[in-house]
Amino acid sequence: MLETVIMKILTVLTMSFVEYSDFIQDGDVAIVYLGHESMMPVKVQQGAQTQTRYGVIRHSTDLIGQRYGSKVTCSKGGWLYVLHPTPELWTVTLPHRTQILYTTDIATITMLLELKPGSVVCESGTGSGSLSHAILRTIAPTGHLHTVEFHQQRAEKVEEEFKEHRVDHLVTVRNQDVCKDGFGVTAVADAVFLDIPSPWEAVKHAKASLKKQGGRVCSFSPCIEQVQKTCLALVDQGFEEISTVEVLLRVHDVRTTYFPLPDFGPDPSAQPDDAAEKTPPAQASVTMKITVPPRDIPGHTGYLTFATKPRT
Amino acid sequence: MADNVVEDDSMCRIKEDDYVVLKRGDIFKAVQIQPKKKVIFEKQWFFLENAVGQLYSTTFEIVSGVLQPRKPKDTQSSTDAKEAGTDNRNIVDDGKSQKLTRDDIETLKEQGLKGQEIIQQLIENSSTFRDKTEYAQAKYIKKKKKKYENTVTILKPSCRILAMMYHGREPGKICHLRYDTLAQILTLANIHAGSKVLVFETCAGLVLGSIMERMGGFGSVVQMYPGGGPVRQGVESFGFPAHFHDTLHEFPICHVNALLAGTLDTSPDPSPDSKQSDVAVKEEQIHETLQPKEEPQDSKEEQSMETNSGADGSHDQEKEEKEKRMEAKAEEKKKKQEEKRKKLAAAAALLEGRNADGLVIASRFHPCPVLMGLLKFLAPSRPFVVYSQHKEPLIECYTKLKEQGGTVNLRLTDTWLRHYQVLPNRTHPMLLMSGGGGYVLSGTTVTMNRSKTAGSQQSDEPAPKRLKVTKTEG
Repeated sequence: MLETVIMKILTVLTMSFVEYSDFIQDGDVAIVYLGHESMMPVKVQQGAQTQTRYGVIRHSTDLIGQRYGSKVTCSKGGWLYVLHPTPELWTVTLPHRTQILYTTDIATITMLLELKPGSVVCESGTGSGSLSHAILRTIAPTGHLHTVEFHQQRAEKVEEEFKEHRVDHLVTVRNQDVCKDGFGVTAVADAVFLDIPSPWEAVKHAKASLKKQGGRVCSFSPCIEQVQKTCLALVDQGFEEISTVEVLLRVHDVRTTYFPLPDFGPDPSAQPDDAAEKTPPAQASVTMKITVPPRDIPGHTGYLTFATKPRT
Repeated sequence: MADNVVEDDSMCRIKEDDYVVLKRGDIFKAVQIQPKKKVIFEKQWFFLENAVGQLYSTTFEIVSGVLQPRKPKDTQSSTDAKEAGTDNRNIVDDGKSQKLTRDDIETLKEQGLKGQEIIQQLIENSSTFRDKTEYAQAKYIKKKKKKYENTVTILKPSCRILAMMYHGREPGKICHLRYDTLAQILTLANIHAGSKVLVFETCAGLVLGSIMERMGGFGSVVQMYPGGGPVRQGVESFGFPAHFHDTLHEFPICHVNALLAGTLDTSPDPSPDSKQSDVAVKEEQIHETLQPKEEPQDSKEEQSMETNSGADGSHDQEKEEKEKRMEAKAEEKKKKQEEKRKKLAAAAALLEGRNADGLVIASRFHPCPVLMGLLKFLAPSRPFVVYSQHKEPLIECYTKLKEQGGTVNLRLTDTWLRHYQVLPNRTHPMLLMSGGGGYVLSGTTVTMNRSKTAGSQQSDEPAPKRLKVTKTEG
């Protein structure tokens, strides 16, 4: 049994954020699922231990060689699941160094920028790399991401993460100011994404980085004034199909609820013997599955402005 | 650098038989470029032949049915107003502000005046135009442009464009799946190159095509289909290169139980008494009756050709030929059956490992049994996404999954999509927005808890600490 498991480990590809593998190996990044909205990333290392509120996980025995999706019983008797990393799980577990983009916006950006395997994408700023991982997943194995981050420490940190997640062959991180120096590439991109405070200053660089055949651009801004300036800059630079949207996620929590029934008193019109039998008990109620909205929801993340660069 | 651009350009040119999307304003229509084919779009008719050889994203002017590439934009400065009013206190709606009559406009049209010129005439003959505010003037021009400019843009199809097109034109065909919801589905299911994805959809093939686009021809897609055959009309519109279709497999949902029970027979020589092969044959017959292929037409043509050429042949000869034809037909049918069997076997082989990487369901069928059946083919730690136009069946799915175990991270969601008009001093949300784009239930598979069977409902939540959650969700 153990032998076959080991054989399998040797034959499967190593885990990465752009390729599934079945078994957990030394050096993987696994997502530990402790419960809804309670997850954490773990760097799997022979001999290492991780503390959770349900007890300790010993990597060598609890993780390495186990199948992704397995249940792990911890020292205190509690248990958890170990999940294969995906950009979506990474988004909810990654260490924040900046504000990040969440899956709802990311999904919209990915589709409306028309990203697919082989796409060449320019992005700035890299920030905490939430969107970057999703882009890399979508453009692999033949695309490339050129990402620009002017904060040196953040640029270095995210580069390190790309290596750990085995996607570094698909991405180039540049530590420069996109508004002044652009993306460091010209006429290669199919799509450009901007998440910076003054995107209008980078619109001309976005245009320069896009292919001669044209391409798509998206800018994410929290404030409407930023959107207005960006739209003007896009018009100035000859972009077409300019469109601004906002996408909001609504989560529906499924619950069981009890609706008590009022007692109307005895019904004189009912058959006398019938009524005697059917007198409802004092606390009659109906059980129903319903959904409730969460108490607090994100009401605004940012406006997404899309545009097409025509062929030049 | 400039040299390889030429090479790239060949990919950007419109070719005969290409699947393209026509665009005018916000309206889209998917068509195939065919010679001498008349297309009607937005009350205009035209032939697409002239578009062949032109670059994608070119805007064409329609002049009596013929497409002419529009010259590089002679900017609208001619219609830009020099004078404008500040408010509308003196503008009275007497219905007499336009000096041109309906007949005058018709005459202008017949004279072959371009849309731009007609609009210019309308402005010149409008007594109130100059008193209108700058904004009202812009609005007026925009409205007239929409009416009189006979242009069409030809685009290369993409998931974005086709999803918008279907949602705008035929939402009923795609279960009212809005494009932002489709975007969520593709992302939540972690669709990417190299994975093995199961799809069950009745959205005209739009969801399937979107998934194929995101996989870029790497990996495999198994389309689980109900009824006689898979619907792929929407997939064709994507115009994928041929090798993409090698990654696409199909499996009839009516064989799922047999496959799960291990009784599905896909061996090369099905014995006549095997029930499974009987079903398969029946299936095929249904398939054939539902989707008559070109084959019968071809044979008919052959027939007529033969009777023409062999008109003076003897009856015997004719009879012989008839028999031959029958034999050929039977042979063809056998061949087709064999092909179909091979396809089924290939799809079954992909499913048998029960190690698929993702599952997407978007159909008009009750999602609950579909989800419960197909979830069994997924490897642990893989995402699944179920779309439904309505929330209630997804509540049922959620409850069932909680009872059954084997999944975590369950989320029932929908998205709101709000469009904005962004213009200097006139920025606001659009007055109209889509009321509903459907609901999505997503989650991740995990290994089933085999050790404890009883009370799984309670033990599904990680710890006693989370009792609050179990109480509310269980």
